[in-house]
Amino acid sequence: MSQPLLEVRDATKIYRGGFLRAGQQLAALQNFNLTIPEKPATITAIAGESGSGKTTLANLILGFISLTSGQILYRGQDISAMSPQQKLQYTRQVQAVFQDPYAVYNPFYRVKHIFDLVVKNFKLAPNNHAARELIEEALKMVGMRGEEVLEKYPHQLSGGQRQRMMVARAYLLRPSLIVADEPVSMVDASLRAMILDIMLKLREQQNISFLYITHDLSTAYQVCDDIYILYQGSIAEKGDTVRVIENPKHPYVQMLIESIPVPDPNQKWDTDVTLPSEEELLSHVDVGCRFYPRCPHRMERCLIKQPPLFQLDSSDHQAACYLYDPAVPSAQAQDEIVEKQAANKAG
Amino acid sequence: MTVTVNRTGGPGKAGVGSHVLEVRDLRVHYATPLGDVIAVNGVSLDVYEGETLGLVGESGCGKSTLAMSILRLVQPPGRIVSGQVLLLGTDLVKLSDSELRHVRWNQVALIPQGAMNSLNPVMRVKDQIGESIETHQGTRSRAELKERILRLLAMVGLPSRVYTMYPHELSGGMKQRVCIAMAIALTPSIIVADEPTSALDVVVQRVIAQTLLDVKRTLGVSMILIGHDMGLMAQLVDRIAVMYAGNIVEIAPVRDIFAEPLHPYTQLLLASIPSVKERKPLVVTEGLTHDLRRPPPGCIFQLRCPFVMDKCREVVPPLRELRPNHFAACHLY
Repeated sequence: MSQPLLEVRDATKIYRGGFLRAGQQLAALQNFNLTIPEKPATITAIAGESGSGKTTLANLILGFISLTSGQILYRGQDISAMSPQQKLQYTRQVQAVFQDPYAVYNPFYRVKHIFDLVVKNFKLAPNNHAARELIEEALKMVGMRGEEVLEKYPHQLSGGQRQRMMVARAYLLRPSLIVADEPVSMVDASLRAMILDIMLKLREQQNISFLYITHDLSTAYQVCDDIYILYQGSIAEKGDTVRVIENPKHPYVQMLIESIPVPDPNQKWDTDVTLPSEEELLSHVDVGCRFYPRCPHRMERCLIKQPPLFQLDSSDHQAACYLYDPAVPSAQAQDEIVEKQAANKAG
Repeated sequence: MTVTVNRTGGPGKAGVGSHVLEVRDLRVHYATPLGDVIAVNGVSLDVYEGETLGLVGESGCGKSTLAMSILRLVQPPGRIVSGQVLLLGTDLVKLSDSELRHVRWNQVALIPQGAMNSLNPVMRVKDQIGESIETHQGTRSRAELKERILRLLAMVGLPSRVYTMYPHELSGGMKQRVCIAMAIALTPSIIVADEPTSALDVVVQRVIAQTLLDVKRTLGVSMILIGHDMGLMAQLVDRIAVMYAGNIVEIAPVRDIFAEPLHPYTQLLLASIPSVKERKPLVVTEGLTHDLRRPPPGCIFQLRCPFVMDKCREVVPPLRELRPNHFAACHLY
């Protein structure tokens, strides 16, 4: 296999408590591994609920914060050990699109300012005319025209337009990877598809990979190639998106997917969900599986050691759950899951 | 756009459901230096006893403004220009402030957007709920109040120890349930819930949705549920009203609207729901709403409508009953 574009190796990020809670530690990300291949370009989803560590991962990759342990390699080069020259190249080739399309603009400048800054900082064009051409081309990619938007102020544009401009700004630099942190969560449903479509287009035509960070499994299902589902800083399940969503294995992922409201009034929720009591949730699991307090299939051994990722089939579909430990085939537990799934399907 | 909606038969049940709330030709404007923004443009709708009405639309379409104006809580520069809000026959728009205070919370309660952040951080849960009861119903004995609050907490599925806790000790979902408990504390006839599950994780959202359903079932309270998640609407509501740029463009029982959306905007809204059941091509639409200060003549959706005709640019389509109980404002039919 050729060298991957981006590789996250055994990454751990521990936040230590502030002055009020000195000594407290929180592992926002724990022994996390991720590989994005150089070619073909892919859209990789990082999904999970709030507090699962997905934004921590984005910030780590973008270099805003540094790792407690582990490595992030870009084309084989550790990003924490880059020379200033390499660092500049890296910040150029790895771009970001953020969640809030309202906060990233300075309201006092016309929107062309964000493009001008990029052109100036990276010396993309020798003169204004060439710069304008570059900007027009980037805007065309996201279906906009310069004369319509560049002279406007941010408040004159809709959320969807602003978010598309952010993608255009990133594209201006011809990056190899765009880290998109919840790019559509603040955009209206009817305009979401457009942003996702631009991502697909950039992947197909421009060979740009995406790290799509989201809490919304349904949009991830629509556009992503691989998916990593995080639970409290660790991977619960990973693999091909379609396989994972259509046939989830980890009890947490099963619970997540079952909780997504079905847009069909004839298919009402029939099962009950209950959250465990707060004490159980707060009883911190330090060594065992972090999902233990909420897990319907929990076993004694889950408390002893955190489960590693187990291979589920010949593909790279993996789940961190002892139910899938080949060494100890707990046949009973397996049957239980199969039964439950059958019941769900029938219901 | 004045529409008289005559309906027989309650939502999803036989017989005549009585009105709890009737909104008639309500107009709400926001004053800006460049002219008034028309946030709610002559909206009429009914809510029947025991039904949940879903109000959907994109951000900025006026759904929250409509909800707030039902409680007369629109803040300046917004104002109710004209129209009626009849709650059990009383026009709230005409009430004096002190009369209004009796109606609010006693008869119509609000679960505001981001409700969990509306709790007072330095008050215990028992004091917050107790205060809302005593403000509206006068002083109660301590024992009675406690019993009532504990019953409310049980009704929304919270353990009794929450009674003495502070908001920061609760998770987002639990805070949201405290807000629901406060909304039902005085057994109102109608609850207006503005995006009650936004900003919650799916599993928690599911639990809150279930709490709302349980509350509705046990108390028989009517509800207006505002949101943009069509999936959640399908699970929770009896009827849906679709809003676009301050107008209601379609209103129908939830099954009918999902089975046969009539208005092109509703069709677009339903087509853009991402699904986890099947991977389908994305439906991409160019969309830019007109300047709400200067709505174009004719249909308000003409700039984005794929089926736009000449007539749409001249004549405003009225909201008409195109199928039994299924109203839409479109010239196509």
